[in-house]
Amino acid sequence: MAKKIIATTSLAGCFGCHMSILDIDERILDLIELVEFNKSPIDDIKTFTKECDIGIIEGGCCNDENVHTLLEFRKHCKTLVVIGECAMMGGLPSMRNTIPLKECLDEAYLNGPTVADCNPQKIIPNDPDIPKILNRVYPCHEIVKIDVFLPGCPPRADLIWDALVALVTGAELKLPYTTFKFD
Amino acid sequence: MASFVKFTINGKTCLAEEGAQLVEAAKENGIYIPTLCNYPGIPPKGSCRICTVLVNGIGQTACTTKVVEGMTVQTSTPELEEFRKSVIEILFAEGNHLCPSCEKSGSCELQALAYRYRVTVPHFPYLFPKRDVEAWHPKLVKDHNRCIQCKRCIRGIRNGKGQALFAFGKRGDKVVINIDPETSRDISDALAQEAMDMCPVGAILRKEKGFDVPIGKRKFDRQPIGSDIQA
Amino acid sequence: MDKIVTAVIKKYGGDETRLMDILIDIQDELGCLSHETTAHIAKALGIPQVDVEQTISFYHFFAREPRGKFTVYLNDSVVAEFCGRAAVQAAFEAAAGCQFGAVSRDGVIGLFHTACIGMSDQEPAALINGQVFTKLTPARAQELVAGMRAGQTLEELKGKKYGDGENANPRVRALVENHIRRRGVMVFDAYQPGAALRKVVTMSSGEIIAMVKAASVRGRGGAGFPTGMKWEFARKAPGDVKYIFCNADEGEPGTFKDRVILTEHPQLVFEGMAIAGYAVGARHGILYVRNEYRYLRAYLEHVLAEMREKTLLGAIIAGKAGFHFDIKLQFGAGAYVCGEESALIESAEGKRGEPRDRPPFPVEKGYLQKPTVVNNVETLCSVVKVLLHGAEWYNRLGTEESKGTKVLSVSGDCERPGIYEVAWGFSVNDILKMAGAHATQAVQVGGPSGSCIGPAEFGRVLAYEDLATGGSLIIIGQQRDLLKDVVLNFTKFFRDESCGSCVPCRALTGMAQIVVERIIAGHGSAQDVANLQAWAAIRKRNRCGLGQTALNPIVTTIRNFRPLYDARLYKGDERFEPGFDLAAAVKDYEAAVASA
Repeated sequence: MAKKIIATTSLAGCFGCHMSILDIDERILDLIELVEFNKSPIDDIKTFTKECDIGIIEGGCCNDENVHTLLEFRKHCKTLVVIGECAMMGGLPSMRNTIPLKECLDEAYLNGPTVADCNPQKIIPNDPDIPKILNRVYPCHEIVKIDVFLPGCPPRADLIWDALVALVTGAELKLPYTTFKFD
Repeated sequence: MASFVKFTINGKTCLAEEGAQLVEAAKENGIYIPTLCNYPGIPPKGSCRICTVLVNGIGQTACTTKVVEGMTVQTSTPELEEFRKSVIEILFAEGNHLCPSCEKSGSCELQALAYRYRVTVPHFPYLFPKRDVEAWHPKLVKDHNRCIQCKRCIRGIRNGKGQALFAFGKRGDKVVINIDPETSRDISDALAQEAMDMCPVGAILRKEKGFDVPIGKRKFDRQPIGSDIQA
Repeated sequence: MDKIVTAVIKKYGGDETRLMDILIDIQDELGCLSHETTAHIAKALGIPQVDVEQTISFYHFFAREPRGKFTVYLNDSVVAEFCGRAAVQAAFEAAAGCQFGAVSRDGVIGLFHTACIGMSDQEPAALINGQVFTKLTPARAQELVAGMRAGQTLEELKGKKYGDGENANPRVRALVENHIRRRGVMVFDAYQPGAALRKVVTMSSGEIIAMVKAASVRGRGGAGFPTGMKWEFARKAPGDVKYIFCNADEGEPGTFKDRVILTEHPQLVFEGMAIAGYAVGARHGILYVRNEYRYLRAYLEHVLAEMREKTLLGAIIAGKAGFHFDIKLQFGAGAYVCGEESALIESAEGKRGEPRDRPPFPVEKGYLQKPTVVNNVETLCSVVKVLLHGAEWYNRLGTEESKGTKVLSVSGDCERPGIYEVAWGFSVNDILKMAGAHATQAVQVGGPSGSCIGPAEFGRVLAYEDLATGGSLIIIGQQRDLLKDVVLNFTKFFRDESCGSCVPCRALTGMAQIVVERIIAGHGSAQDVANLQAWAAIRKRNRCGLGQTALNPIVTTIRNFRPLYDARLYKGDERFEPGFDLAAAVKDYEAAVASA
């Protein structure tokens, strides 16, 4: 059987979900037997070099670069899996969603107590090379179709392992109660 | 002396005191009907609709239904289960439910129902409403982001004089639960704790309380809600 | 403030179940119900302040802050929009110097939106300090604002051109027109007040109920419950104290028949209530009237006083020993859901208008937990005529399952909007012809909670067995954008008017609104349309009629006007969610950067 090809990325997340992938511990050796990694921070491949079977997304979308990355994943991956609360509902970054973006930027760059003196020109970062911030943080499924959702903050390593095995082998994906958590 | 009546739930013959609340009667007969706004011992409200069952074929909330002789109850049909899951999803999309940062996580009934029904992402648009966190009260915090307007606190919490501490404000999608500064002025720690415990989510918190049970030992960490009633 | 609050509360005997009356009277005196006033009310009644506030904040005519010396409530219903409301709003704002939702800087003028005020045949219309101003134009709006600033009184602002019929009665003096286009025998023909009551007292209550049953009178509010059966339940319910309510809280947008009936034939309604009282064994009647019709208050009170003088109300009615029945008026304060009978009862008890769970039904435990009958205005009129002319006479009118007549409120894109009393069984086409409607795209039958039908169904007849209706028909011309002008307006209405209790009603209506807006903007998907349809099933599990029907504008237009939806859907790559619009999502950031 040909190895399944996997890509992963972290959008507006904390990389905790990727840490949880690593938490599968020695089973990672079994995983390497089953799959090949393409674009992923794990092997540091920056752009897709192949069409992939499985794309794993951590984090929601808080800027336009996140959106472009997510669209790339959707184009290149047959099955898209989002992992963690941020990807599923925005997570902690979405705490800003109830506040208008302008207020957030003003607080962060112009009027906040820690920035008053260090930004005399009153600039909100806007270099063309840096991403544009979205009006709110979007869960991934509001932007592209998502096939599988694995909740948790982060998702338990056992849940990620079970899901990967199911996806790679084509077995039924079970979500056992003890590993299906939102925190 | 109380008289007992015979009725059926999902085809099983059950016995209960006449006029008993259907949720309780089912529980006594080992059948779990999912509830959220209902709370034992306080007047039912029937507002979350999750306990909707078919009584003689007609949809009714079990918390507001009293058992009568010969009634036929169905608690679980594909349509009812789908409906319950939808209500849970709607609640998650309606408020700002950030479980990872919530003191009630692991013991939250809304979250527990979502686990039971394996809710991942809602099929409803997230509203991300702008809501306040009130911390002016000496003993209580009211986090409106998490409030699901079930009215348990309104119906169930009374001060020493029998007065309500909480009440609804506004209407429609703007409803909010307010704390009365007068009637809640001198509440005891015990009553503050009772309010926190009665709240199914983390909308009412006792100050300086929370995160005191380790992950893995919280109420719904190991077993789904309702497991104590029906395996 | 203290004196006024104390005096009003004393007037109502310190009875917290009279909270609606207390609040209405105090607001009349003070202009608003401030935090301090509320605290005082709570103290005087001995209830928590949050309890007073939960009632106040439920009703949109109750103000927490001053709303101006003159408060303009401009109706924002669909029909008002058809008639040019947007230009009137702009004229008010320009002249007053403030936006809607605010009070002008000088405190003279407050501008606010309100839901349908029952004037759909003479829109755009507004309530200004309780008086109705109809057929507004931008020029008239300017004139009114100038008059308010110049210190004119409300009467001066109104002018002297009162409406027809009793609208010109010195106790009414309203600019409102009746527009009775067609008179039927049940409500709008000549009638001798008291004749039915004098006949009734010769009969037993059982005989009356039997007669109402034989005539198969059904409730005219929309649901069509058999009236005789309702009365019988209440009569048999244990207890000495029982109540008769007349529901005149018609809030369904596009409906205004009760307004015209109460203007022209209030005696008929009151007589119907007295007959119900006699049949049920109730001594107390309450006419619950929507706040929008408070301009009729002095007139209705006078009619009641006259009837008492003629012993058609009060003690020993029509000379019958032991027949005591009297009626009081109860006004609402702006909440559509109070038209639902159990919400109406809650409201009359001084509470939030949240529908109750049933059972128990109001006929068992209603107002103050006593057996209570709630009947529609028109139903009670019909009963009087049945008693006068007999069941057989009544049964000659109408169709197999729908006897008698129906008073229709016709509005929208037609030449002759107004009131039509017709026997059940007329088709929609018949009505369109009578009203002078041309190039009709759709008809909203029974208001927003009813259904929106297209020309293919105009042959259907108005009857419980076919198109059941509470009596409103809004005619929608081909020039209208059905989704934007009608569906969206109705959906917003239901969102605002939900009591907020049941989860699927409170939250789902706003969510559906988001999806409809997305579709209108060209970002909707076929899945969105499928979801909207599926959500209707969730709605069915709400407690009350409002909750159950709030998605009807969406669901019935998807059913009958599907191409209008399909034409607007995004038809690109299905792997991407068309609801997300990157250009729109970065706009706030670009604006913030540009302004920094």
